[in-house]
Amino acid sequence: MDRFKILIVDDYTFYLESIVKRLEVRKLDVTGVTSGEAAIDLFKKQPFDVVLLDIKMPGGVDGIETLRKIKKIRPFTEVILITAYASVETSTEGMKQGAFDYLLKPVRLEELLSMVIAALEKKSKHDKKISGAMIQDLKRQTGSTSSWEE
Amino acid sequence: MKTSLYTSLQRKIIGITLVVSFAPLIILAVTMYYQFAKTCKNKTEEQIEYRALAQAESVDLFLKERIAILSAMADTHTFNEMIDEENLSNIFNVMNSRAGAFVDLGVIDSAGMQRVYVGPYNLKGLNYYDQPWFADVMSKGVFLSDVYMGFRKLPHFIIAVRRNENNKSWILRATIDPNILEGIVRQAQIGSTGDAYLLSKEGIFQTNPRFKGLILSQSNLNTSLFGRRVTVVELENNEGRKLLYAGSWLKNSKWLLIINQEPAEMMQSLFAVRNVEITIIVFGFLAIIMTTIFTTHLAVSQLQQSDATMQELNAQLVQSDKLAAIGKMAAGVAHEINNPLNVILQKTGWMEDLLEEEDIKKSENLEEFQTSVQKIEEHVERARKVVHNMLGFARKMEPHLENVDINDTINQTITILENYARTNNIEIQADLSGKLPIIASDQAQLQQVFLNLLTNAIDAIGKEGLVEIKSRRLDSRICISIKDDGPGIPAEKQKNVFDPFFTTKETGKGTGLGLSVSYNIIEKMGGKIRLKSQVGKGTIFTVEVPIVAPERK
Repeated sequence: MDRFKILIVDDYTFYLESIVKRLEVRKLDVTGVTSGEAAIDLFKKQPFDVVLLDIKMPGGVDGIETLRKIKKIRPFTEVILITAYASVETSTEGMKQGAFDYLLKPVRLEELLSMVIAALEKKSKHDKKISGAMIQDLKRQTGSTSSWEE
Repeated sequence: MKTSLYTSLQRKIIGITLVVSFAPLIILAVTMYYQFAKTCKNKTEEQIEYRALAQAESVDLFLKERIAILSAMADTHTFNEMIDEENLSNIFNVMNSRAGAFVDLGVIDSAGMQRVYVGPYNLKGLNYYDQPWFADVMSKGVFLSDVYMGFRKLPHFIIAVRRNENNKSWILRATIDPNILEGIVRQAQIGSTGDAYLLSKEGIFQTNPRFKGLILSQSNLNTSLFGRRVTVVELENNEGRKLLYAGSWLKNSKWLLIINQEPAEMMQSLFAVRNVEITIIVFGFLAIIMTTIFTTHLAVSQLQQSDATMQELNAQLVQSDKLAAIGKMAAGVAHEINNPLNVILQKTGWMEDLLEEEDIKKSENLEEFQTSVQKIEEHVERARKVVHNMLGFARKMEPHLENVDINDTINQTITILENYARTNNIEIQADLSGKLPIIASDQAQLQQVFLNLLTNAIDAIGKEGLVEIKSRRLDSRICISIKDDGPGIPAEKQKNVFDPFFTTKETGKGTGLGLSVSYNIIEKMGGKIRLKSQVGKGTIFTVEVPIVAPERK
């Protein structure tokens, strides 16, 4: 069965490895990269359904710039911005650039998952490969996990 | 504290101004007074001198006339004609009708015997041979006596002339009424304190003085003080008052004509001038004091007002800087704390996931592990809330609706920045539409936006230039444009200008938050901020605010 492809971009490796593992457990195909450049390079080779993108990253390409490039390469990719500080301006700018929504760190898994599902539902309108059954399946998966998260 | 500073400043200015304006005024007044006093004294002395001289001449003339008429009578009549009593009486009458002041007339032979006498006293037959004047007149030909009592016990003086006739000498002698002389002398006295009298060489009064003393009493005046010509001296009189004395010796050098006067009385005009001067100075002082107090008060209160405005402006700047600093710090702190919290949360989440695995589930301590992990999560949540609250504090509050006049708000903002613009030689031109409605909005936030945009415009120009601010109504919006003729913003930077912490200003000059905050404010109001810029030509920022009608109460 095809799994949803998720790309996580964050320069915090400790967070990255944990979130990748936790999402993989929940039957998602997760890839983690630590920079905007790496994400863009990866995007040129393959598509992802949802990108979890940290806005503030050191180095040449920051979150907003990465978002813009990703949207340019594959416009139907849904991007969820993740920020450690609530900068309304940047978030607004991100939204203007076509981000799906934004989340504040520290990220609670159930919030993240419901937002990913919402993003996938939106994407399914343009993407024939995503079926309602698949999303229902994911919902069930995460629903079962959320029971032991509480 | 603050007011006392202004009060002391005011006092200092008033003090200095008064000293500076009074000093020359006082010096001028004193100098003028002394100069005038000197001139006045000179003039007074000159006057009294002139009067003494003139009066001495009158007295001289009087005596000369008497001597001349007596001599003429003696020369034109023989001894035999004279000793005829009827004849002498005629001559006496002629003399008195021609000249007057003769009291009596007598003829004395060479033996000193008064042969004939016409007059009120019975002096016929008296022998004057032993009298000192007899020898005098016999040798010199003419004699003028001092005033004396003589046989008649009344003050008088005599004139005697000698006639030589056929180797025999006889004397014609006349007594002069001293009152007439006194009358002539007294003509020289003026005012209520002036006096005029004659003194003998020994200082004895020859006429009655007006005050203090009688004829033939000692005047206690040292006559040697007075020289050949008229002399003016200032002396203390018996009562210790200062008097001005002018003395002129008569031609016969026997008598001294004295005129005295209190200088005070003669200097009436001086005192009048002094009074005028004092009045002018007093009024001048009052005028200066009032003007100084008034202008100083005006200046200091204006200073106080502008200080207050400045302080208010400073407070505003400090407040916005403080907010920006807090915002920046909060953002930094949030970033530094939320990332580790995120790692902790994901790690514990992963641990939770792992605890679901079969072999661990069998562990005796499973429950302990689960509780510990939950506790960690709870505390991460708590820390997260604290950080979010802190960010919420730093962020601008939600708009607070009130009735806002956009033009008023613009004008207030211009007032705040006017000085700053002027010091940089930048003109702010406002072209405000009179047709703008009052809208429901947040005045403080709008002002913050205009302040940010105008400050940016001024800073972009740097030195010398023009900032134009326009307000117009466009359908359901109010459109405010702020245009500068600065260097403009390059196209590649234009997209960044609303980013937080993006600034083209020098380090330390701008926080890079102004435009992003403005953007945020206008966005929340449902408006728009747009930017149009061309390098080398300038920049226009356009703010559009929706017209929201104020609530009717």
